[in-house]
This record gives sequence, C-alpha cells and structure tokens, in this order.
Amino acid sequence: MNRVLMSKYGPALAGTIIGVIAALLVKFGNPGNMGVCVACFTRDVAGALGLHRAGVVQYLRPELAGFILGSFGSALLYREYRPRGGSSPMIRFGLGFFAMVGALVFLGCPWRAYLRLAGGDLTAVAGIAGLTTGIAIGIMFLYRGFSLGAARQNPKAAGYFMPLLAIALLALLVIKPLFGAEGTGPIFFSAKGPGSMHAPLIISLAAGLLVGWLAQRSRFCTVGAIRDLIMLKDTHLFKGIFAFIVAAFLTNLALGQFNPGMEGQPIAHTMHLWNFLGMVLSGLAFTLAGGCPGRMFIMSGEGDSDAGIFIMGMLVGAAFAHNFSLASSGAGVGAYGIPATIAGLVFCLAVGTLFMNRVD
Amino acid sequence: MEIKTVDARGLSCPQPIVETKKVLDKISGGRVEVLVDTVTSRENVLRFGRNAGWQGSFEESEGFFKVILEK
Repeated sequence: MNRVLMSKYGPALAGTIIGVIAALLVKFGNPGNMGVCVACFTRDVAGALGLHRAGVVQYLRPELAGFILGSFGSALLYREYRPRGGSSPMIRFGLGFFAMVGALVFLGCPWRAYLRLAGGDLTAVAGIAGLTTGIAIGIMFLYRGFSLGAARQNPKAAGYFMPLLAIALLALLVIKPLFGAEGTGPIFFSAKGPGSMHAPLIISLAAGLLVGWLAQRSRFCTVGAIRDLIMLKDTHLFKGIFAFIVAAFLTNLALGQFNPGMEGQPIAHTMHLWNFLGMVLSGLAFTLAGGCPGRMFIMSGEGDSDAGIFIMGMLVGAAFAHNFSLASSGAGVGAYGIPATIAGLVFCLAVGTLFMNRVD
Repeated sequence: MEIKTVDARGLSCPQPIVETKKVLDKISGGRVEVLVDTVTSRENVLRFGRNAGWQGSFEESEGFFKVILEK
C-alpha cells in the first residue's frame, strides 16, 4: 500500500479513498456536501472554543485532529518527521487569516468546492473558477521569484505542538467542560445548524486519521494539483483531485446524495461573483503559502510550524469572519464580506509583490 | 565538468522546482545538484527533472538531500 501511495498512482488512490470517505461522512451525519471541509471545520472549532459566538457553527471537529495525528504518525513511521519553521511566520498567519475569510465568503475550502460539485451543487463552479484564477495569480508571483524565505530545521520537540493541540481538542470534545455562566461554555456545541450535524466521534476520528495518513504518504493537495497542472503541465497531483471528485460523485449517487442544481443547495449561496472572488482570495493565499488547507494540516503533523502558524491564522480568521459579519450564509454574503474580500486581495497582492525578492 | 548547485533547502512548494527549472532552462546538459530538506521536495525535484529528460538520483547528507540531475 505504501509503495502505491508513494508511486505515480498515489494521489489518485488517495483521492479515490478520500472522496468515498467524504461522501460517507455526510451519510453518517456531517452537513450536506461537507463530509470534509478544512475551512468549515476550522471555523466550527473556533466556534466551539468560543472564539466566535455564531451558535450554529460550533463543534470540535475530530476529523481535523485526525488529520494532524494521522500525518504525525505516518511521518514518524516513515522517517519524514522533520521539525522546521521560520519562513515569515507572521505573513503566513495573515495568509491563513485571509484564506479563511475568502473560504467563508464562498462557504468552503477547495476540498469542499470539489465536494459541492460532486454533490451536484453547480454554484461551486464559480468557486472553482475563482480558485483556479487565484492559483494562476499566485503562479505569476512564483515565476517572478516570490518567496517567503527559507525555513530552518527546528529542534525535534518543536513539531510536537500541533499533535499535542490535536490531542487537547479531542480531550475537550470527550470531556465536554460546560461550566460557563449560562450552563454552556467554555466549550460550545451547536444545538442546531451545521455545527449540530456530525458523524459519530469515533467514525469522524477514524476517517480523519485515515485521510491524514493517506494525504501524508501521497502528498494529496487540492491547490498544488491545479498549480502544477498550470505551471508545469504536471498532472501528478491533479489526478488526485480528479479521482477525489469522481469517487465522491459516484458515492453520492449511490447514496442518493446527488442533487444537481443551483438553488437550495446545502450551505451555499447563489451570489456567483462573490463565490468567485472569495475563492480567488483563498486560492491566491493558499498558493503563496505553498498548499491547500488540508495540506497545511498534514505538514503541521510532519513538524512544519509555518504550516501550523497558517492554521492559527485560519482559526483567528474564522473567529473574525463571524464576529465581524464577514462570513456568508445560505442567504448570501455577510454584511462586510465584500470589503473584507477586497482587503484580503489587497493584502495578498501586496505580499506577492513585496516578496518577489529571491535572487538567482 | 561544471557542476551547478541549487540550494532549495527550506523553501515552500513549488519553489524548489521553480529554482531548478531556472537552471535547467539555461543549459542543455551537464550535472545539476539540488539541495532540499524534505522527502516531498526530493520527490518533486526528481519527478520534474525526469519529466524534463534528465537522469535523476539522490544522496542523503546530514539533515538534507542532494538531488543529482544529469544529462
């Protein structure tokens, strides 16, 4: 199995299994077309920790802890655990922040953009077009020497932070400390809405661990796939997302979860321009940071603290997105979603321009 | 024979490939050594080099890999 995952068939095999898992997680209780959504899940974790108080999106998604721990275990086993960091961490925090803002304007990360398509949600097409555009803009900067600088090797223990954080989140999910003034909090769990919809803990965790392991071995990346295709005409990673979409589509079809159309799609809106621009922002931020949000979780498990910082930026970005009414809902974009998207694009374009400094 | 070296250690994806490509695009043959520090970058540079028609191999050094591309 490991040999196949490391071969040229690796991303396609991983994509197929992850696509099936994603559709099954919806069957087991996750929200529609949200079997796996790295951005939505991070937003739910931010809510569960009380960083934002949007009551419908609060749950400590164990899939995310699984991603980190699955990758950590795999990296240890195959001697790829390599603590590293120090490549413009503050900028990476900002990129994570705005990647999340863009994702919450669209209502999903690249993973969910593909899963929305695989569930028949045609509003995802504008998002995927935006994602591709954002990646293409990122490539322009990469070709002009964009770099956030080299990371350095860190002491062995530096990489333990994210796996320990994953374990802490799992512990909070199991212990459910609810000693706040109103009989709820410090951990919050949605009673209704997407946050209340989830597969059983053990299934979500097992799925997360498996996805973490598969993605670590195969380097599955939903942004790198499009980047390498456009930039290098290399289809290696693209086969992964192609297989991911097809597998999720076929599983959805078999489970009666495929509902083609634009209107009334789960956790999606029909403001196409902002679906597009939200994902331009996300796609650009992910490309400048070096990978999709899932890949960031995987790399953080391998000991990459720059990826860990990016995730912290996403977490804080999610909190701001809800506290400042930047996030969209089924009704459309949030009150300040549009200026936030524009601010994010300005930030990313500034980062792209100011870091075109790598000399030959 | 002149050996060209690309130090791509610590760089995020896909910068090791971008740096390698810059060098390979300028020459028609020879030996290029690319230093990387993750297995992922090692595989990526090897795959890129082989797709571009170069022979690829690698050596492991203290804390990093030396990917060797020859044509």
